[in-house]
Amino acid sequence: MSAPPVLDIRGVTKSFGELEVLRGVDLDVREHEAVALIGASGSGKSTLLRCVDLLAEIDDGDVLLDGEVITDPAVDPVAVRRRLGLVFQAYNLFPHLTVLENIVLGDMRAHRASRTEAEERARRLLGRFGLTGRERDHPDDLSGGQQQRVALARAFAGRPRALLLDEVTSALDPELVGEVLEAVRDLKAEGVTMLLATHEMSFAREVADRVGFLYEGRILELGPPDKVLVAPERAETQRFLRRLLEAGRV
Amino acid sequence: MTASEATVDRRAAREAAKRERARRGQAIAAISSVIVLGGLAALALTSPGWPDVRDTFFSWSAFKDAFPDVLSGFWLDVRLFLVVEIVVLVLGLVVALIRTSRGPALFPLRLLATVFVDLFRGIPTILLVYLVGFGVPALELSGLPTDPVVLGGIALSLSYGGYVAEVYRAGIASIHRSQRDAALAIGLTEGQALRHVILPQAVRRVGPPLLNDFIALQKDVALVSILGLQEGFRVAQIIAASTFNYTPMLAAALLYLCVTVPLARVVDRMGAGGRARV
Repeated sequence: MSAPPVLDIRGVTKSFGELEVLRGVDLDVREHEAVALIGASGSGKSTLLRCVDLLAEIDDGDVLLDGEVITDPAVDPVAVRRRLGLVFQAYNLFPHLTVLENIVLGDMRAHRASRTEAEERARRLLGRFGLTGRERDHPDDLSGGQQQRVALARAFAGRPRALLLDEVTSALDPELVGEVLEAVRDLKAEGVTMLLATHEMSFAREVADRVGFLYEGRILELGPPDKVLVAPERAETQRFLRRLLEAGRV
Repeated sequence: MTASEATVDRRAAREAAKRERARRGQAIAAISSVIVLGGLAALALTSPGWPDVRDTFFSWSAFKDAFPDVLSGFWLDVRLFLVVEIVVLVLGLVVALIRTSRGPALFPLRLLATVFVDLFRGIPTILLVYLVGFGVPALELSGLPTDPVVLGGIALSLSYGGYVAEVYRAGIASIHRSQRDAALAIGLTEGQALRHVILPQAVRRVGPPLLNDFIALQKDVALVSILGLQEGFRVAQIIAASTFNYTPMLAAALLYLCVTVPLARVVDRMGAGGRARV
């Protein structure tokens, strides 16, 4: 019997009042796999990621992490979040802490690493993402691209089973997108399992093993990027991609 | 003349004009200050009542005589202020944390905290000082403090605890929800998120309004004089009443200013620093 997928999302629904955002999402992410979620703004990509990280409660369905149901009310959400890493569109770094403190906080408080151990790991990650020398800076001193790379390091410092990336380049100036994508590419090359919501079609095509098109709260089409992004089957997917193409985003 | 030479000339001319404007501005400010302030001073000093004003409020000999006593009275104000300030900082934070908590088990505490704030912020401080200072000893219960200094301190702590709790609460509420999300996402518990992420930012943000309340507290310490305590204001009042000269009051006012003005400058600097960071 093969190992269960790292993430297994089954029939997840989520409404905000009258608004049904997710209407039964089925999706799995296997070990070392990167799955990209594409879809229009408001299609539920961010909500899905927040539900997987238990920052929002689902209405129905299940999410399994390594074969265990994590969306059962009896499950401790803190323990689950310690096994996942989430990177936000707006970085959400802690402005009162230095770059180094941002990264070691979770490692020390949630994962009980010693300061020496956590700082060593943090410095290695900063070096890897081209941020050596910025340890003592505050987030305000950094560019958006640098802040997002710190956020990546912060999420990865907890050695997560899977990284959830929520539109990590959408808040960046165009010339800063590349450096963040480079960092994600680097993690992918190492075999980090990830589920990412993105607007960067070229990036989805390059990094993702599979691409899922989220439309009106459901995964309408799921498959290899060369299929979904180049020769999609569904008319809705074609329309979405054509609109992106016209907007010059591909 | 080439285009680049012309540019250089114009830049020099612009700089000269800017310097000239700055010089003229300074000169005008100086002249108008001399005219306005000098005029006011001349008006006061040449008015027919000036000698009486001077003898009643600015008598150097009365100041010299009264100052040591007023100062020793004021020392009580300072000590009371320092102790009450620390109590208020802790009490206000505890009340604010209870009011912002979510758990259903804490509901009764939340209710009490809300009542605490409504009650003690809503009652005039002078009434509270009177009520605690005279009311508690009147109960004649053993174990309750009877020292008016302690009772006055308790009354001030309750009153300002209510204010400061609300300042803290506003600070906590002002930290964007995304900070809590980020703290939870790295695996912190709600308590850890509050302690390491939300509170440090909230407290930094409310530094200036907190200090503002402390300037007010420093002045309101004088209210314990109604309990018969010989603090700075009361000492000055006693001397003034016996000499028919109000200079001792001025000595007391000067001592308050010696504390509140530096505090106010700290508030200003914190405001400027706060904009630069957080």
